[in-house]
Amino acid sequence: MSEAVIRWIGGPVLYARAKGEFRVGEVIEVGARRLPGEVIRLKDDELIAQVYEDTTGLRPGDPVYGTGGPLSVRLGPHLLGGIFDGLLRPLDGTFNQGSSPLQAAMPFHFRPTATVGQALEQGAPFGVVPSGGMDQLCLLPPQVSGTVESIADEGTFAPDTKLCTIRTSSGGLDQLGFFRQWPVRQPRPVRERLPSEEPMITGQRILDTLFPVARGGRAALPGGFGTGKTVLQETLAKWCDADVIVYVGCGERGNEMAEVLHDFPGLADPRTGRRLMERTVIIANTSNMPVTAREASIYTAVTVGEYFRDQGLHVSLMADSTSRWAEALREVSGRLGELPGEAAYPAYLASRLAEFYERAARVRTLSGRIGSLTIIGAVSPPAGDFSEPVTSHTKRYVGSFWGLDRERAQARFYPAIHPLQSYAQGASRFASWWTQRGNPDWVAQRERLLSLLESQADLERMARIVGKDALPAAQQLTLLCAELVNESFLRQSAFSPVDRYCSPERQTAMLKIILRFIELAQAALERGVMPQAMAELGILRRLQRMGEEIGEDRLDQIPALRADLEAAMADVERAPRHAA
Amino acid sequence: MRPELSVQGTATAIEGPLLFLKRNVEVGLNEAVEIHGGGEKPRLGRVAALDEKVMVIEVLESTVGLGLQDVRVRFFGESLHAALGPGLLGRIFNGVGQPADGGPPVAAAKRLRIDGTPINPASRELPKDFIETGVSAIDLMNSLVRGQKLPLFSGGGMPHDRIATEIAQNARLRRQGEGRFAIVFVGIGISHETAEAFRRAMQESGALAHTAMFLNLASEPSTQRLLTPRFALTAAEYLAAEEARHVLVIMTDMTNYCEALREVSASHGEVPSRKGYPGYMYSDLATIYERAGYVRGARGTVTQLPILTMPSEDISHPIPDLTGYITEGQVVLDKTLDHKGIYPPINVLPSLSRLMDQGTGAGYTHADHPSLAGQLFASYAKAIRVRVLASVVGRDGLTDIDRDYLEFADEFERSLVHQVGPRTLEESMALGWRVLHRLPPAELTRLSDGQISRYIRRDLDGKPHA
Repeated sequence: MSEAVIRWIGGPVLYARAKGEFRVGEVIEVGARRLPGEVIRLKDDELIAQVYEDTTGLRPGDPVYGTGGPLSVRLGPHLLGGIFDGLLRPLDGTFNQGSSPLQAAMPFHFRPTATVGQALEQGAPFGVVPSGGMDQLCLLPPQVSGTVESIADEGTFAPDTKLCTIRTSSGGLDQLGFFRQWPVRQPRPVRERLPSEEPMITGQRILDTLFPVARGGRAALPGGFGTGKTVLQETLAKWCDADVIVYVGCGERGNEMAEVLHDFPGLADPRTGRRLMERTVIIANTSNMPVTAREASIYTAVTVGEYFRDQGLHVSLMADSTSRWAEALREVSGRLGELPGEAAYPAYLASRLAEFYERAARVRTLSGRIGSLTIIGAVSPPAGDFSEPVTSHTKRYVGSFWGLDRERAQARFYPAIHPLQSYAQGASRFASWWTQRGNPDWVAQRERLLSLLESQADLERMARIVGKDALPAAQQLTLLCAELVNESFLRQSAFSPVDRYCSPERQTAMLKIILRFIELAQAALERGVMPQAMAELGILRRLQRMGEEIGEDRLDQIPALRADLEAAMADVERAPRHAA
Repeated sequence: MRPELSVQGTATAIEGPLLFLKRNVEVGLNEAVEIHGGGEKPRLGRVAALDEKVMVIEVLESTVGLGLQDVRVRFFGESLHAALGPGLLGRIFNGVGQPADGGPPVAAAKRLRIDGTPINPASRELPKDFIETGVSAIDLMNSLVRGQKLPLFSGGGMPHDRIATEIAQNARLRRQGEGRFAIVFVGIGISHETAEAFRRAMQESGALAHTAMFLNLASEPSTQRLLTPRFALTAAEYLAAEEARHVLVIMTDMTNYCEALREVSASHGEVPSRKGYPGYMYSDLATIYERAGYVRGARGTVTQLPILTMPSEDISHPIPDLTGYITEGQVVLDKTLDHKGIYPPINVLPSLSRLMDQGTGAGYTHADHPSLAGQLFASYAKAIRVRVLASVVGRDGLTDIDRDYLEFADEFERSLVHQVGPRTLEESMALGWRVLHRLPPAELTRLSDGQISRYIRRDLDGKPHA
């Protein structure tokens, strides 16, 4: 392989004189410790490269070795339940070594699904690896098809065993095992991309009901520090109805990774009962780990997501936070002396973001299965300013935008998603999905809530000028109803064992009863009841605590609550004050 | 390790804290050096940049008096290390870990790299267990947890020094391991007067016995300020790992650290990012803050309480902004409260402790602690909205309930946030329930009916707390 000699080194970037041929994107090994790196620029006999590890101790004169290949990661059945660094190398100390085959030394169980002589297309499965209640498929890699020459019988094998030999159409032999390398910067091919018609259910009322994200869609989660980005990302990772979660902590806190590792093993998926950790892959590049590997970790994560998608699974990728990734781009760009663009980010920031988000899709895989990859990216805008480059570019590529609001967060109103700053494009296409789940009125209900929240904002502006008392009774009632929607429906505690997950059925039931209150209150207003009297009804407090008191297993209490509501509103004129 | 090297007569330039030498020896980046010449005492430095012909030494002390001819540089063959051993507690050091109390040097049982090594996230244990600071607004509302990093955002003229001293004197673990508690107090670029006040306060209260102080004065060179937190954290890690102590590191003032970082970055000729601070400031601060934590298998922990003054009280300034993105929350001081005579002037609304749920509640503090804090937050936030409204439309434009909220806000600030002397968590909680009496029970939606009847109703019917 080609060699080079370091001429200058500063931070993660090095300049070297090449003896032999290097290619852009080629992986290199640097110095006596053979630190991994990647060539980013070539000029005459000079190459510029970034190094993925701490460069302390490297010096001019140290050697650089080429490897001939692009930056690739090893994909395979060991990923689920594991924690890896930005280059997908296992981090030690993973929790569940006993229960699922994980580390390189652990054997895997294999069951063939193809027979000798069978013709297989590219991307078709030749066997399965059962793990944690789910079968992981072993697929032919893209561009490999042919007939099965030989295949292993069912049994337990060491990780590096060759399981299946394929005679390709050109007559060559291709040996397949549990693992396959794939270059991270290259999207994995699919047969076709499909439109997204169904929502990914997150179990969060404000998201599923007001701002849903499609399976295979893209969502951005921007918010200043302390607005609850990470808690919301973790909540989504816990409760969303994906088959596989890829959670990438990019330039964030080490303790957060510890929290995920601590919480997930003890929690069960509400739909399948499996342990959450068994469907999760964690990629951790914390803020004190090398900045260049932070840049790579996003691509690593999305490649892992595509690998599971190709098995016909629904995958959700949580990236926390894409801003740290953009800053890594900026830092490397600065060291290369590139012309800075907006806020010193390189001019190619927008196209890199677009490339990343474009890898989210609902697809028909090469073997004809339906799979999806949904991307949810957190953004950390400096000073919470959504007009900064990373947020504003991200906004152009995502369908769902969940803006976090500092004022709500300060009142400990979580999730602190601002209903007026957030949006979900084309949400009405999910109407048929909600109808199937027993709620044909979802579109109308959603519009009703959004317009109520909109008028609340207008009225509060007005109240600031004339005083709340001066508002007409009808408007005071609007404020009361909006407050109820916020308190009882939009607020949802991620830490409450009862309310942290809310099924679509429970969401519908809660929504219906709240809208019924609004209806009855309007009627009472017309009878001449003052909003103040309604505000003091004991039933209101029960509605506000409904999420906390009526869990998934107690939905049968809703009719009783509804009956009490009807009764209380029927004679609100005579209701005792402050009753509980 | 390579034998020590020494060069003379190769210096080509001195610019500010940087010394340029011809590169005629094999040295690595970040290697520690000693510079002799122009005075009796050798000066500390490190290799800051290298290329084929030139090496740049960053001198960690003043370069006044150095000449190109007589300067001699000795290379240690390793990066900067701190020599640590038993007997750290009770001692006072300068910013680069040398004794500053007239005592003998610490016996070197271990030599540790001051840059530390990043903790593998998979080997971190979840921070848990509560540290009682004695401050209600922190203990009750934004609890500090072992292994957490929780900064104090202050501003010019506010009593952060007094808060720092009081926390250093009063902080304690509530459960087992009381005797294993230690404090590392780090002054970064502080005035002589402040340093003296800290030293005296710690000595007089007797807290110095379980404290190690590292003081870097404003008059000392800015390059040293970059090392002070690193020396101090290395000492804290030593105390946690070798002596199994739970260490609380109080660092004041991180703004001086960031200013030094900007100064040194500019002198290296680096491309500046926001407000002239270097683009890598986030990563650099992370190498300091991320050293807080709880490592699996270790018997001790490192908790950080960094203090920074927000330039012109602007929380969106790069220093608090980047800090807030790394640390697990923040405690924010407020000028308006300070003017009202509230001490400590902590504004609980922008304050946050992200790990609070891991160190409070049943098993750590009290089962009803999280709900009480949640209710106080919600009510106070609403009260502040009412206060804004009242400042425009006047009290008369408010509803009765809104007027209750105004009184609640005043009482919350006057009797709960304001305090003289330390309080136990139980005292803080009792005060919390009492201020909630100002509001009708129907407003307390974050409390369960059981909690209301236990703490609010019973008190209403019977005798209120004294």
